[in-house]
Amino acid sequence: MHDSLYHGPPEGGLLVAPLDEFTAVYHRASGITHLLTEPAPQILAILGEGALSLDALLDRLGLDYDLADGTREALAARLAELVESGLVERA
Amino acid sequence: MRHSFEVRIGPVGFRIGSDWRAPIAHLETLYRDYPKPLDGVPDFTVRLFARRPWRRFLRPSVEIGGDYMLPEAAPLPLRQGLLAAEMAMNLQMALGARRYLLLHASAVERDGRALLMTGISGAGKSTLATLLAARGWRFMGDEFALLDPATGLIHAFPRLISLKNDAIAAAEAAWPTARMGPLMPATPKGDIRHMVPDARAIAAMDVPARPALLVFPRYGFAPEIRAVQPGEAFVRMTQASTNYVALGEAGFRALTGLIAAVPSVAVDYPDGASAIAQVEALWAEL
Repeated sequence: MHDSLYHGPPEGGLLVAPLDEFTAVYHRASGITHLLTEPAPQILAILGEGALSLDALLDRLGLDYDLADGTREALAARLAELVESGLVERA
Repeated sequence: MRHSFEVRIGPVGFRIGSDWRAPIAHLETLYRDYPKPLDGVPDFTVRLFARRPWRRFLRPSVEIGGDYMLPEAAPLPLRQGLLAAEMAMNLQMALGARRYLLLHASAVERDGRALLMTGISGAGKSTLATLLAARGWRFMGDEFALLDPATGLIHAFPRLISLKNDAIAAAEAAWPTARMGPLMPATPKGDIRHMVPDARAIAAMDVPARPALLVFPRYGFAPEIRAVQPGEAFVRMTQASTNYVALGEAGFRALTGLIAAVPSVAVDYPDGASAIAQVEALWAEL
């Protein structure tokens, strides 16, 4: 469980259009348009480079963002939402 | 079908067949200055048929049919046959169009640039387009604006202008010389009267325009102008497009491109004169 890997869609699987605080994302596999806010687009961008565990993703986000306490739980919740939406798969 | 009529509106060719002569006669008169479908091949076929054969004589009622159908499309009395034909043409477009992203919006053009106005029924799309056209804008359409995913240009769809209730008198006052269809009182949408777009709108209907401003008008409020953020504008336009989902990736690219390219503004207005002044002021600042 702790070592679950999260996969984003394959390269070219998403069309991403930043609008304002929202980012429109078209998922080619399903034909569904999603409207996302931070940090979902950033998560998708990182997972697009390769599958990561929750902790590895946290480390990777920490390179670009100032992460506060409780981030791990929040990130797990955001990942669960992305899995629910079909944009991310858990292996 | 016993009677039929063909017409091209913008890039879209229609063939309308009917069990009765009357709706076809109205269409022939009102669309007399329009061209025929390119190469004689219509994109959509619309059928107005008697529910049962005997009903054509007994208690005439028009049922709408065509290539694309909604099961709940209700029959209309024959005296509203012209309305049935227009509704059926809209239905075929809304469900079947694939070449363009269909935006449920009115459009007018000035200096090669298009102003799009979208909103719920009653927001004033048709009325504002008509009033602006009376002030020198080129009328491109009051129901659908066709966004070409390949070019980002808006193509005109200047079908008959469908005026409802109070908008009938307002449009007649703005365009005293316009040709009008029969007044159809007490339809499911209220009193309806169709107006033929002016000769310039018909002559220039093959000329597309670059979109420049997206307006969300709202009738019946004190004058107010508010910027609409791109995220909200995008969501509202996905809802205002009848074929966004069907177009898939092309629709996504076309719509995000439109939202990124033009400002989106909500305009509350108490009456037509105020709306025209508000829109002209916005346009002048572009």
